[in-house]
Amino acid sequence: MEKALKKYFPVFVLPTAAAFVIGFIVPFIMAVYLSFCSFTTVSDAKFVGIGNYIEAFQDTTFLHSVLFSALFTVVTVILINVLAFTVALCLTKKIKGTNVFRTIFFMPNLIGGIVLGYVWQLLFNGLLSYVNRTLTYSSVYGFWGLVILLSWQQIGYMMIIYIAGIQNIAGDMLEAAEVDGANGFQRLFKIIIPSVSPSIVICTFLSLTNGFKLFDQNLALTAGEPSRATEMVALNIYNTFYGSTAAYRGVGQAKAVIFAIALAVIGVIQMRFTAGKEEK
Amino acid sequence: MGGKKESYKNVLTAIFTVVSLAYVFPVVLVLINSFKKKTSINLNPFAFPNAKSYVGFDNYIKGIEKIEFFKYFGYSLFITTASVLAILVLCSMCGWYVTRVRNAFTKALKFGFIFSMVVPFQMLMFTLAKTADTLHLNTPVGIIIVYLGFGAGMAVFMFSNFAQSMPLEIEEAASIDGCNPLQMYFKVVFPIMKPTFVSVGILEIMWVWNDYLLPYLVLDIKKYKTIPIVIQYLKGGFGSVDMGTIMACIVMAILPVIVFYIACQRYIIEGVVAGAVKG
Repeated sequence: MEKALKKYFPVFVLPTAAAFVIGFIVPFIMAVYLSFCSFTTVSDAKFVGIGNYIEAFQDTTFLHSVLFSALFTVVTVILINVLAFTVALCLTKKIKGTNVFRTIFFMPNLIGGIVLGYVWQLLFNGLLSYVNRTLTYSSVYGFWGLVILLSWQQIGYMMIIYIAGIQNIAGDMLEAAEVDGANGFQRLFKIIIPSVSPSIVICTFLSLTNGFKLFDQNLALTAGEPSRATEMVALNIYNTFYGSTAAYRGVGQAKAVIFAIALAVIGVIQMRFTAGKEEK
Repeated sequence: MGGKKESYKNVLTAIFTVVSLAYVFPVVLVLINSFKKKTSINLNPFAFPNAKSYVGFDNYIKGIEKIEFFKYFGYSLFITTASVLAILVLCSMCGWYVTRVRNAFTKALKFGFIFSMVVPFQMLMFTLAKTADTLHLNTPVGIIIVYLGFGAGMAVFMFSNFAQSMPLEIEEAASIDGCNPLQMYFKVVFPIMKPTFVSVGILEIMWVWNDYLLPYLVLDIKKYKTIPIVIQYLKGGFGSVDMGTIMACIVMAILPVIVFYIACQRYIIEGVVAGAVKG
């Protein structure tokens, strides 16, 4: 069988592999090389060693965006997971309207970040107009605006994963605990939370990478205003490439490599975590 | 005791009804404003349209005629459908192959696919756009190849994971019956893999349809735009396009998504759970 299948390599593998070379391998190798070059287009690239990386770490807008993203990610990971888990607990109690509520909470997930950014811009600016301000008046507004937007979008998604986890808990275990006189809190902390820990790991890492990689919503809601104070890492990289200072593309590429390494580290930690959990 | 529990459940239902209404409010707000004159959107977005500010479907007509919304809707629909179909067919074949044929090459390929999943788009955006441009892939047809290449990682990973759990006996039996690999794929493998097709399909549809940066950088945007690009473009042209038209275009961007969601809700939620847990 394997032998026969091998002959069909051009049909089964070649199209995907060729597209993968065009859409990933070649751009990836070029990107790593260019991060060590000074360039505006690929053809005028000049090798400059690690200069771009040094410049990236000296760029205060980049450092600010890293801090802003980190703070944003911490706040959203906690907010999204606590709220999503609470909602999931309530919506597994067989209350009336459960299906409608689930449908509504999940809906914002399917709408794109750009569109959502403008939906919320209308709402936030409308509210802030009562105090004669706009969303770009201060970075505090932008920060919490983005927090509310991303939480609103992702709570439903994480809720679905938590619901699946909670429904997998054996009903008789909870009943036995109730008979033994465990109160609601004890059942929550001794049975429910330990049982859904795989879901907690999945959701934590999902919201972690989603928060850190956020781009569309950032671009649409604040575009980094006022004066780059609400710029997150992905937008900072984008602006380094395509902003008014195209001469700094090498630095932009170096920032992108640093960004990719940070995400890869998160990915590896996640794999360790899930692998460890499965072994137990 | 039972009565107490019932009333507590009713309180929860009441609370969630209020929260749900608040949840849909931002979208409803845009819907309301899409029927208003631009000046009254800026002055008071929370007011219902009245005799003076109500413009009926004028904003929608402007969006369709002046912005040519349906043209871009068409590009979005074509790019999403074609890319997702290409990803589903080709990546499932590839995923099955790399699971069944084990050699150094398929191992390296598999590693490459997994590796690509953690690389953020910003890392490749400049060089990918450049590569696509050089190869003349900056059209709605060309971008399919870009999506296939950039999206292959997750799709192949999910298909090959599923193929690992498929019993070999069925395929061996089919091969003894004289099936060649292509027949085997379409008659045996494809039907067994159906649930994975649904999850991968849903995840890829959500990605491609809403994607902004990749098509913005890859496509020749003077000629071709997708819906997210048009929305961003409208807002970017501060003041030159009126708020009413923008509101109408946002509603027209959201409406098909909600229709799709309501029609395939079960598959979407199952697909998301499967994708999150495996991916």
